[in-house]
Amino acid sequence: MGLETLFGHSYLTTRLDEAVNWARKYSFFNYPFVTACCGMEFMSTFASTYDIARFGAEYPRFSPRQADVLFVVGTVNEKLAPVLKRVYDQMCEPKWVVSFGVCATSGGFYDNYATVQGIDKIIPVDIYIPGCPPRPEAVLDGLLKLQQKVSTESVLDRKYR
Amino acid sequence: MSSYLIETLKTRFPAAVLETHDFRGDETVLIKKEALPAAAAFLKDELGFDFLMDLTVADYLPREPRFELVCHFYSSKHNYRLRLKCPVAGTDARIASLTPFWAGANWFEREAYDMFGINFEGHPDLRRILMYDGFEGHPLRKDYPLKKRQPRIPHRD
Repeated sequence: MGLETLFGHSYLTTRLDEAVNWARKYSFFNYPFVTACCGMEFMSTFASTYDIARFGAEYPRFSPRQADVLFVVGTVNEKLAPVLKRVYDQMCEPKWVVSFGVCATSGGFYDNYATVQGIDKIIPVDIYIPGCPPRPEAVLDGLLKLQQKVSTESVLDRKYR
Repeated sequence: MSSYLIETLKTRFPAAVLETHDFRGDETVLIKKEALPAAAAFLKDELGFDFLMDLTVADYLPREPRFELVCHFYSSKHNYRLRLKCPVAGTDARIASLTPFWAGANWFEREAYDMFGINFEGHPDLRRILMYDGFEGHPLRKDYPLKKRQPRIPHRD
């Protein structure tokens, strides 16, 4: 019943980047680095109502060494910054970072002695999702943006940023 | 129940009570810091205040005495509540610890030390509780620079 029955034992031609990026963008293993109330919306996004599995990103890995996407969900303070850096450093290339909510993005309204004013002071970020906290729809939109971004990359890229 | 606790404390510590007020049954007593241990013992042993609900500090810079220790007590036996405050000078930011009377004072006092730099004499383990090792200064003091940051690792730019 699928398209494959029409092709039989045939073959298709494509570019390596296209094939690899297609596989990468629909099979994100994410590492949830959840520190605050944004975690509730994160859980909602992953649960059945919003069902992030539709986009192939439903599988959280609780080891950074097995993860592709680091979701930084919530406020990061100076005390925690070395931990976040270390988690990021343990992830293998290729890897992407999503800043989830305004606190992770800019410190939000915590403009004070304790809070990192955006996790991009610590690690590079690919996608910023605004909101306090973001609605699950916004998270899914961010994920789609990340997929678009991944599909423009090349397997020859070496970020090592 | 008008001012029963205020009157009791005034009678017991006439020289130490600096100021009192009573707002809709919430009684507040300001006492000299030298009298704090004696007042604590009296509250706990004779008035039945078995629960230290909160202990914190307020900074009234530039007033001197600059700090004020604020304690909230509750008696589960009598259903009384009391707010006890002690002025603490900025030049001599020390006060007796309440840990001998209420074990729960331990972390409250560590927090007050961390945020305001008040030294609680007789505290068993007075070190920072929220900020990290190497953090300099006390961030909730009014003269701590608002924009000052003390990162533990270098920031990217």
